[in-house]
Amino acid sequence: MSTNSTPTVWKRDHFIKNPYFRWIVILAGITYLIYALNEMDFNFARMQRGWPRAVDFFQRMFPPDYSRWTMIYKGVFESLQMAIIATTISILLSVPLALGAAANISVKFVYAISRAFIVVARSFPPILVAIIFVKALGFGPFPGILTLAFTALGFMGKLLAEAIENIDKGQVEAVRATGANWFKVQLYGVAPQVLPRYVGLSIYLLDINLRASTIIGIVGAGGIGGALFNAFHRYEYDTALAILLAIIAIVLVMEFISSKVRARLQ
Amino acid sequence: MKENNQNIWKRFSKKQSLERFGIEFVLLLIFIWATNSVDIYWPFVSDAPSQAADLINRMTPPNVVFLKDIIPSMIETINIATLSTIFAVILSFPLAVLNARNTTPHYIVQLIARFIIVTSRSVNELVWGLIFVVFFGPGVVAGVAALTMRSLGFMAKLVSEAIEEIDNGQVEAMRATGANGAKVFTYGVLPQVLPIIIGTSIFRWDINIRQSAVIGLVGAGGIGILLTSSMNLFKWQNVSMILISIFVVVLAGEYISASIRKKLI
Repeated sequence: MSTNSTPTVWKRDHFIKNPYFRWIVILAGITYLIYALNEMDFNFARMQRGWPRAVDFFQRMFPPDYSRWTMIYKGVFESLQMAIIATTISILLSVPLALGAAANISVKFVYAISRAFIVVARSFPPILVAIIFVKALGFGPFPGILTLAFTALGFMGKLLAEAIENIDKGQVEAVRATGANWFKVQLYGVAPQVLPRYVGLSIYLLDINLRASTIIGIVGAGGIGGALFNAFHRYEYDTALAILLAIIAIVLVMEFISSKVRARLQ
Repeated sequence: MKENNQNIWKRFSKKQSLERFGIEFVLLLIFIWATNSVDIYWPFVSDAPSQAADLINRMTPPNVVFLKDIIPSMIETINIATLSTIFAVILSFPLAVLNARNTTPHYIVQLIARFIIVTSRSVNELVWGLIFVVFFGPGVVAGVAALTMRSLGFMAKLVSEAIEEIDNGQVEAMRATGANGAKVFTYGVLPQVLPIIIGTSIFRWDINIRQSAVIGLVGAGGIGILLTSSMNLFKWQNVSMILISIFVVVLAGEYISASIRKKLI
């Protein structure tokens, strides 16, 4: 009956080992949750009124209305065009940007500017950039293309710069040892090492841009998104569903193509 | 002469370079098609730099006093991001378990789970926002619901991939001790995927911070509402202050997320 100090029951380790720290984390989490849920300001009366609306909403969504097929078709093609043009611009401009933002190639001054540009371009969601471009340059696919190119450039510049920073130095030195000039060193020493990654990223970028191009129309930047937004605001939920299904279809097709091409590259 | 030519090194054989040329040519044609048929009014393009300069002119200097309105709205934005991430983590877990090849009870269940994941991922948060504003009315609740819906599929996809890649030995070892289904799961499967769940959640939180700044455009709460109203009133100096605030918060979120994930791995 004596109490044995050796435990006979095994207990799993806690995720956070220090018990004080663990309790502080748990308490802080619960406090925050209570505070945030309070701030959410649930309006139950409004939600009750919302339920019949939700039912009505779904009833009016089905069946999807394809009677304005030409509008959907045009919007989808415009999104596709925007994505293609923006991707082309950003994959071309990303080369000098990435060379500038790669610590092993660039000089300090250019490095700082390139990195600053990348940080700014990456921080803002495309929709936000689109609003600004639309306000500055008017409606249509042109501000949309600029938006996509700008945000994609940040993404591509960052990943390509990282790829360049991780290359094997030996090959670069070897090319330099042959007496090649700076341009040729980049072309024969650096480029072949990052080319597969570059091509893979370009395809991925087209995928991302197509996704974004279907949505930035909501703020007037061209593409199918504008039609979707209008359908919602005219309470034509069946047309909205038709557009939504078209968007999902092209996004899935593009994702499929992109993943197949990238799998082949690796 | 002929021998001389062969001494020059070339990266690709004739067939390879022909293939590459073909692909490049097709890509060029696609690009030309896109630029020629896209609906751009070209005088706008040449006018763009002066228009942009004009807007920047109207935006400077940013209105610092406006921070007293921005800060409460920004806190709301962060709350939306955090709450929706928490909800998405909780809801995505069962979905991930039902979707993973090795834990799903039945392939029909797996099919349903996959359908939910695909729908969640392919519909943009702004569209979810539009839908939930109809349900809940404009405000924070609609925003949280929209971001939860969008994050759900993302989380569930990554977590279910993690479950599919676990080491089966641990699961069998648990089973060999005579543990029941629930115990096999908590002691055999869960410890292996827990770090990934936490890492993915923090990553998603980082993304949600960005997205929660946007969903206000459709009335779903947060800083986006302030942004839209300032823009409609042409208060460009307030707009630039909001943009700067979003930039700072996004950078802070990215820093926090990166440092926590580094600690976990």
